[in-house]
Amino acid sequence: MSQHNVDASWPLYEVFVRSSRGLSHVHAGSLHAPDATMALRNARDLYTRRNEGTSVWVVPSDAISSSDPDSKGGFFESSQGKAFRHATYYTKSEGVKHL
Amino acid sequence: MSTTSIHSDAPVADLDEQRAGQERFDQIIAEDSRIEPSDWMPEGYRKTLVRQMSQHAHSEIIGMQPEANWITRAPSLKRKMILMAKVQDEAGHGLYLYSATETLGVPREELVRQLLDGEAKYSSIFNYPAMTWADVGAIGWLVDGAAIQNQVPLCRASFAPYGRAMVRICKEESFHQRQGWEILYELSHGTPEQKAMAQDAVNRFYGPALQMFGPPDDDSPNSQQSMAWNIKRFSNDELRQRFVDMIVPQAEALGLTLPDPDLKWNEERGHYDFGELDWDEFMSVIKGKGPCNVQRMQHRRAAHENGAWVREAAAAYAEKQARRQQDAADTHLIGA
Repeated sequence: MSQHNVDASWPLYEVFVRSSRGLSHVHAGSLHAPDATMALRNARDLYTRRNEGTSVWVVPSDAISSSDPDSKGGFFESSQGKAFRHATYYTKSEGVKHL
Repeated sequence: MSTTSIHSDAPVADLDEQRAGQERFDQIIAEDSRIEPSDWMPEGYRKTLVRQMSQHAHSEIIGMQPEANWITRAPSLKRKMILMAKVQDEAGHGLYLYSATETLGVPREELVRQLLDGEAKYSSIFNYPAMTWADVGAIGWLVDGAAIQNQVPLCRASFAPYGRAMVRICKEESFHQRQGWEILYELSHGTPEQKAMAQDAVNRFYGPALQMFGPPDDDSPNSQQSMAWNIKRFSNDELRQRFVDMIVPQAEALGLTLPDPDLKWNEERGHYDFGELDWDEFMSVIKGKGPCNVQRMQHRRAAHENGAWVREAAAAYAEKQARRQQDAADTHLIGA
């Protein structure tokens, strides 16, 4: 039994930071906050103390849908064995410039 | 989340699932790849990580105290701002690590409760007082220095969220160590009294800093399993040796000595030999008998309780805003 009254949890937010203009927002981590406004402020304090960002997104963690890790093989199968989708598959042009 | 099912009506499927999970886990570890929270993992691995990562988080949170104590008495505005930035970093490191620990399925409030109830441990180094301004320097140089030595290999820990948190922490930590060394440098190049104060701080923090790597290898029962799981990459004694080899020339550059009569270069080993540490003291501090254990916990509990109204106000505000939005939406519907 707890001696301390620890508050019920605030919702979890995922934090995405754009490090500079022209780049995508990248997942930086997560944090708890009572609402989105506070989540943004906390994200600024927690993930951009050293100029790491020019823009921050926060997204409620439970709003994210993800692929099932156990069906990894099946889900991503269609891109396997298709080396012809990469430029390196085509070797006849070796030595020919600008190809 | 664990994929280990708790349904008792499907024991055969469970066993199959567990076997497949274990095989996949073993393969990932053998390839020195990374485990993500959604992967199957053995219960022992999960428990070890929850213990280690939450202790690490608690250490960052408690670790704010010895230095925060000096913010109001820092000798200049510049030093005050540096110290505030450092203490804020420690809070941030605690939060990164709590978030990473939560991915193992333990809620934040449970982690906080374990700390406040005294069930969880934190690094014993923070149960020593910061008595002089030079102590702030010694903490940065030796305590953060030892922490970095420990943490750099943890960036490659097999549990991915732990590794990711450590990468972020290590990037920020290097300023902590340098600013500490610089405080000591300025003192050791100041008046004789200032130099004596710097030497005294180093004398007191040297032993406890070396103990931060944990007990000697023969006496560290969990280490081997952690190394087999690629959580730990080097043994306690290996890390301690590296740290000693690193700080000897740094102490020379400060013009200060390290308080160990047995400290000398061993040509044959290519390392510095150093004396036996006081492990009785270490165990006694871990058991709660250090100079500041009681004070640190009292302060942490008071900070938590005194901050309750802020958390309550923020929650009440969020609730009110959500209700207003709901009301506005309802009115809009009726109006339409």
